[in-house]
Amino acid sequence: MTPELLQNLSADNFWPAIAPEVMLGVLALLLLVAEIVLPKKRHDVIPLISLSGLLGVFLGILLNFKPVGLGETTFNGLLRHSEGSQFLRAFFVLSALLVTILGIIALKKQKMPKTEFFSIVLVITAALMLLGQAHNFILLFVALETVTVGFYILVSYTRTNPLSLEAGLKYLILGALSSALLLFGIVLLYGVAGNPSALGATANPMDFDALRVFLAHNPDNFLASVGIVLVLSGIAFKIGAVPFQIWVPDVYQGAPTPVTAFLAVASKAAGFALLLILAGVFSSYSHLVISVLSIMAAATIVFGNFAALTQHNVKRLIGLSGVSHAGYLMLGVIAALTPGGGSQAVGAVFFYLFAYLLASFTVFGVMTHLAGPNDSDQELDHYQDLAKTHPFLAGVLAVGLGSLAGIPPLAGFMGKLFIFVAAFKAGLYGLLAVAVVGVVVSIYYYFGWIKAAFFPHWRPPLPTGSVADSRPVRSAVSLPFGLLLGSLAVASIILGFYQGQLGAWLLGR
Amino acid sequence: MPDLLLLSIASPLLAALLLLVPAPLASRKVIAGLGFALPAFIALYLWSQFSSATLAHGYAFGTQYDTGLKDALGISLHLGLNGISLPLFLLAGLVGLAAGLYALQSKAERPALYLGLLLVMQAGLMGVFASIDVFFFYFFHELALIPTFIMVGIWGGRDRSYAAMKLTIYLTIGAMISLLGLIALYHQSGAENFDLIALRQVVADGALSGSNQNVIFGLLLVGFGILVSLFPFHTWAPLGYGAAPSSAAMLHAGVLKKFGLYGLIQIAAPLLPSGVAHWAWWLGLLAVGGNILYIGFVTIAQRDLKQMIGYSSVMHMGYAFLGIAAYNVVGIGGVVLMMVAHGFSVALLFLLSTSIYHRTQTFDMDDMGGLAQKTPVLAAFFVTATLASIGLPGLANFWGELAIFVGAWSYSTVYTTLAVSGVIISAIYGLRSVSKVFFGDVTPALAKVIGEKPPADLSWGEKVPALLLLSALLVLGFWPKAISGPVNTAVSALYGK
Repeated sequence: MTPELLQNLSADNFWPAIAPEVMLGVLALLLLVAEIVLPKKRHDVIPLISLSGLLGVFLGILLNFKPVGLGETTFNGLLRHSEGSQFLRAFFVLSALLVTILGIIALKKQKMPKTEFFSIVLVITAALMLLGQAHNFILLFVALETVTVGFYILVSYTRTNPLSLEAGLKYLILGALSSALLLFGIVLLYGVAGNPSALGATANPMDFDALRVFLAHNPDNFLASVGIVLVLSGIAFKIGAVPFQIWVPDVYQGAPTPVTAFLAVASKAAGFALLLILAGVFSSYSHLVISVLSIMAAATIVFGNFAALTQHNVKRLIGLSGVSHAGYLMLGVIAALTPGGGSQAVGAVFFYLFAYLLASFTVFGVMTHLAGPNDSDQELDHYQDLAKTHPFLAGVLAVGLGSLAGIPPLAGFMGKLFIFVAAFKAGLYGLLAVAVVGVVVSIYYYFGWIKAAFFPHWRPPLPTGSVADSRPVRSAVSLPFGLLLGSLAVASIILGFYQGQLGAWLLGR
Repeated sequence: MPDLLLLSIASPLLAALLLLVPAPLASRKVIAGLGFALPAFIALYLWSQFSSATLAHGYAFGTQYDTGLKDALGISLHLGLNGISLPLFLLAGLVGLAAGLYALQSKAERPALYLGLLLVMQAGLMGVFASIDVFFFYFFHELALIPTFIMVGIWGGRDRSYAAMKLTIYLTIGAMISLLGLIALYHQSGAENFDLIALRQVVADGALSGSNQNVIFGLLLVGFGILVSLFPFHTWAPLGYGAAPSSAAMLHAGVLKKFGLYGLIQIAAPLLPSGVAHWAWWLGLLAVGGNILYIGFVTIAQRDLKQMIGYSSVMHMGYAFLGIAAYNVVGIGGVVLMMVAHGFSVALLFLLSTSIYHRTQTFDMDDMGGLAQKTPVLAAFFVTATLASIGLPGLANFWGELAIFVGAWSYSTVYTTLAVSGVIISAIYGLRSVSKVFFGDVTPALAKVIGEKPPADLSWGEKVPALLLLSALLVLGFWPKAISGPVNTAVSALYGK
């Protein structure tokens, strides 16, 4: 290292600004060290180290929610810190926390190396947190690839399960395609904005501020438009928006359930964080962005809901229902782009994401607990009479599903309401009509799941000679996990009745 | 004591929460009983205090709680009662108590869950009519709606799974459309406030153009109309009520269904007068041609006792829609009276039909007969409830229907004449059901059932809730002024221009 490099490191870079990310990275390495250092029978401690680290970082972010440098860029304009990005940081750490807990439970059922799972979760989380603050395409791409590569491993983690391997392969191939689209879009934008003869040309076209200024000077550039559409397509893949949703059902089914949860919540939220950031960069092309997103949103809502209708495997069902949630969220993003919607729409999207996190992890928690040794084989039939044998799990599941369906008095309903109000203010009547149809359709499969768990069923007697039925054995919930599920469900209920400071902060901006 | 309104919503919820605690069934039943009783007593007490209460913008007992969205979205838990919501609040309290008492004596499986869901429903119903904030009005309706799905699915009768799904999907469509209408009202009026008082003030300044009014009222009419089983969106109602367990049917048909009508009377119609005028012709046609006449004939053709009551309740909604189409003080006031009276009478009929079922093991009226000799008290109750639902003077329903006809006469003599002839249809199916179930000869099928287990007359557990409902019908029948005074004041203020 030359002295100049060291000087640069210390001069322009405000390291405390990314302290949480650095801590998570160090923690990820620590876990690997711990695996070597600790005797084998003490390896149970490793996930607990990870958990306590995550909890510490989470509390740190909450306590120091408005750190020095908020609203400014650091690292030569690579990162921009805002209240929104702080919210996302807390969001991602919280999801990592929950994924880790689900991972502990799910990995107990498998004979797999365990430490790497928790370590990769931490790395992905750190990258996700950086994504939420991205202010430069280079950083965006590197962070996004870190996330995606991490997910390649996690999705095919249960390598003895062919479905998991197939899911990993699908995610790899389609993920590579989406990265290629994104990169191609970035390159086009870079080339156009870096062209010295162009009006408002910039020396640093990867920088979002410079790019925004350039785009404002060249509002009708064809190549820039193509670049923007390609970038949006790359992000649409992460979100699982139509027509980039093809991978969702297979990957969601094949991936271990905690990873499915991580994909469904954190990866999707990161996609929306990027959409919101880039929407600001592309603001002079907002007519283009709006029309692309509108078509995608309508198609996503319709496809997600109708495709979920016929699913019997709950992992596929929740994957496709998640596609429809992406559609509702896109409605919020579109509203944020129109003058009528504004910052309240952004708050609505964040609230929706948070409600979605609570509800999703409630449902995924129940799924993880009930799953048998074959994690991909989770059918609706397996939930029959759950309310009789495990009333607590059934109740928690009903709250989670109800919140996903958007039923008052649960948080998911408030999220939908905020999005709808924002969309109405933005005048998106056609999309609203589509969304309402989607909500009604979704009632059928969400309540179909509740129906499977609650309504009394007649079960055909087993044919003579067959061994007991193939459904996984249900065990009782451990007290800590029960408390966690219970508090997630209670949080969904309370947030439905009373939004308090969170609501005032998110929607009052 | 303004917090009483909040208490009336919170106490059933609290009781439902306490039911989760493992305890002997008897003590849980006591808790549930308290949860049902407290709102009823609060409703009675507030009703007695209403005349002496101070009104602010027409509302008594007003209190406001911020849930975090007051500044951002203009949503706050604003509770209060005016002359229109007071009688319905009372209805919700009393029918809730009756349904709760009936549930306490029923031998449902998993009684704690059953009672808990009923309590949640009760809390939602109290909230619907106590809310001044339009958002919470909607919110509490949904809160009351969800338990119905689970109750129909678990404890329902024939076709319960299908009925539960159909009911829920229909009602969600209605709720979503009305939610869109309410958001439209919120935004297009420029109020950016869900508080009904604020909305009224903004709209009074002429904030809504005619075409906006037409669209918004159209949305609300279809949305609320589905919830009130306006023809041709009614098919969920008889099926759902036929399958629902008795207490859920009592609360849903008796009280929850009034949500849509209440929304139209309290919120939509006074704020959107030219919207009402735009749709009045269609509304009258659907109400009289669809709900009253067509469904009336369908009701006559029913053989299943519970389905018949379900259809009759769809038919009676026609009168309410006619009153709204008429759009004058007498007509609207009549609708409020009718909503209350119909709530009591239909709840009583559902209660009694279940009691009949426990004795005959069938809902098929062709398989019944001669029950009056074995169970005279049950017969007397049923005959009175039927006469009430037909609209016999001396019982509450008469006043509502009379006022609606008087109000509707100036709106359309043809519709009114046709609607009056609907009373004859009511008389036909009502009296036919009485004669088939209670008089005539005992059918062989029934004789077999009775032979195995001789039917006892109404037990006290059944008599007390039935008496509660019946006395409400009689009190209002002979002393309509008990509620018509406040109704008249409030309706005149909203519709008297």
